[in-house]
Amino acid sequence: MNMITEATKPTIQFTPERLERAKQSIADYPEGKQKSALLPLLHILQEQEGWTSPEGMDYVASLLDIEPIEVYEVASFYTMYHLNPVGKHVIEYCRTGPCCLMGGEEVYAHLKQRLGIDTGQTTVDGQFTIKEVECLAACGMGPVFQIREQYYMHLTNDRVDEIIDELSK
Amino acid sequence: MATKILTEHVNVPGIETFDVYRKQGGYTALEKALKTMTPEAVVEEVKKAGVRGRGGAGFPMGMKWSFLAKPEGVPRYLVCNADESEPGTFKDHYLMKNLPHLLIEGMIISSFALGANKSFIYVRGELMYVIRILEKAIAEAKAKGFLGKNILGSGYDLELVVQPGGGAYICGEETALLESLEGKRGNPRNKPPFPAVKGLYQCPTVVNNVESIATTPWIMNNGGDAYAAIGIGRSTGTKLISASGHINKPGVYEIELGVPVEDFLYADEWCGGIRPGHKFKALVAGGSSVPILPANLALKLENGDKRLMTYESLSEGGFKTGTMLGSGGFIVFDETSCIVRNTWNFSRFYHHESCGQCSPCREGTGWMEKVLHRIEYGHGHQRDVDLLVDVASKIEGNTICPLGDAAAWPVASAIRHFRDEFLWHITNPQEATQPGAVYRGEMALV
Ligand SMILES: Cc1cc2nc3c(=O)[nH]c(=O)nc-3n(C[C@H](O)[C@H](O)[C@H](O)COP(=O)(O)O)c2cc1C
Ligand code: SF4
Repeated sequence: MNMITEATKPTIQFTPERLERAKQSIADYPEGKQKSALLPLLHILQEQEGWTSPEGMDYVASLLDIEPIEVYEVASFYTMYHLNPVGKHVIEYCRTGPCCLMGGEEVYAHLKQRLGIDTGQTTVDGQFTIKEVECLAACGMGPVFQIREQYYMHLTNDRVDEIIDELSK
Repeated sequence: MATKILTEHVNVPGIETFDVYRKQGGYTALEKALKTMTPEAVVEEVKKAGVRGRGGAGFPMGMKWSFLAKPEGVPRYLVCNADESEPGTFKDHYLMKNLPHLLIEGMIISSFALGANKSFIYVRGELMYVIRILEKAIAEAKAKGFLGKNILGSGYDLELVVQPGGGAYICGEETALLESLEGKRGNPRNKPPFPAVKGLYQCPTVVNNVESIATTPWIMNNGGDAYAAIGIGRSTGTKLISASGHINKPGVYEIELGVPVEDFLYADEWCGGIRPGHKFKALVAGGSSVPILPANLALKLENGDKRLMTYESLSEGGFKTGTMLGSGGFIVFDETSCIVRNTWNFSRFYHHESCGQCSPCREGTGWMEKVLHRIEYGHGHQRDVDLLVDVASKIEGNTICPLGDAAAWPVASAIRHFRDEFLWHITNPQEATQPGAVYRGEMALV
């Protein structure tokens, strides 16, 4: 374990339940290969904080006994980790070919218009962020977007309105 | 009735639970393998089955298993590739979500065959809900004594770990996947050494696709010869096809290899034909990476024979008139589809997903995206079409991993078969950039 002094004491900590899951994840890998738990731990961090904040990544580094840079370079490689704060609901829509064939482009344009923001932006009330992503492995059910763990499929403009209304309540 | 090797029980209510799966005959293959067979005998059956890797490359699974190095005192690993990110492909998603225990039973049988005591299922992180289904199923299997220490009293131990990815297509490439599993950026490794010699943690490792591993329970129960009796020639067994695009019945279908493309596309039991009032324009038969074909070449070989859903028939004619089975991502385009726009869309995908290690791929994918974007948005030059062909040819074969090829083929094939459509965009920019405008010149619609 890294020496945790007052100066380096992380400002973020996992809740006890999440810490337990993180420890279980580390135990999944062979002795000395705890770095393998980095992706799972970053998911737990994002689940708790909403994004992978620098403080959070430093904390993950301390849990895995690796250098913070090893966490930053990994988090920035993968698209799922939000390196900046995001809204309460992050809508990640699939922009890839098969979803576009099913009218995705019109539906996503409607989504942006409805929320008054573009891809990569967050509504002023902090409720919604829109991100565009590549293929979500649901091509036969397109157009598709994902909010946290939930897939929303066969989207139409009306369906998008319904979902936004529901989440805005 | 066509044989269903993987999905026979997919519609049985509760099949995702241990009890229902067991009632349908689940885990009997595992019992048979662990109690009555040696690991070598399991490998032998898989070899006889001739099952080819379902992740896209089609490499014979039994042969891959027999290449696994077995140095004394060094652990060996089995890693299941459930990164499924190839555009047009959603079969592993379907299989894991509906039949988690089938994959788990297959993982135990395969791990036993390879002598692995810890195995991993690397699932793309976006499918977190599927990861939870798998974890629940693993806990059930463990509680029943099918996983963990001394499985069914056989003396064989196995732990199964599900690892979420972080969102990166390149992590489907097997060596990038191993890097990712080690908690690193997903940069593919130089080969050799191959994973069979130095894989996860520098130990001998086998990487197989979800669907490949899921064939093993049936093969144990029925024998490799019975599996090989299904299909045609070297395309043995069944294949899950992910059907999407302009068809009446998108979805995942398990077919016996050898079904004519035409039947798969038009029969009610599968795609159910092109959506009403429209005509068939083009097909991507095996995921975004394989060459696109115009309708006539998709359905028929050059000699007029029907093209079949097999590795061999789909690639008949080479890249001039053929394509590949790939991962089985069957994307259908009707006459309202713009080939230029779709090619630009795919090239944006590859540019976005290139890991950036090799300059031909990093620079070439960006360049192709840029040129295609300008053609699509009415600023193309006559020379751009040949420029694209040139860039694609310079990526192909010059990179560490096959993502470079996968980026080049869709562009090269689109121009090969739809050159006039590209030229129309360049010479009629005003017309071509109208909303919904599509090339209506001469082409073979079906
Ligand atoms: C860019 C790229 C992406 C790939 N993505 C996947 C994937 O998502 N799933 C998969 O099983 N194989 C994928 N593959 C193929 C794997 O490298 C590997 O061949 C496969 O997992 C081996 O399993 P199989 O022999 O059972 O097919 C990909 C290959 C490349 C080059
Ligand atoms: S071909 Fe592309 S994705 Fe593959 S290693 Fe090279 S740069 Fe990375």
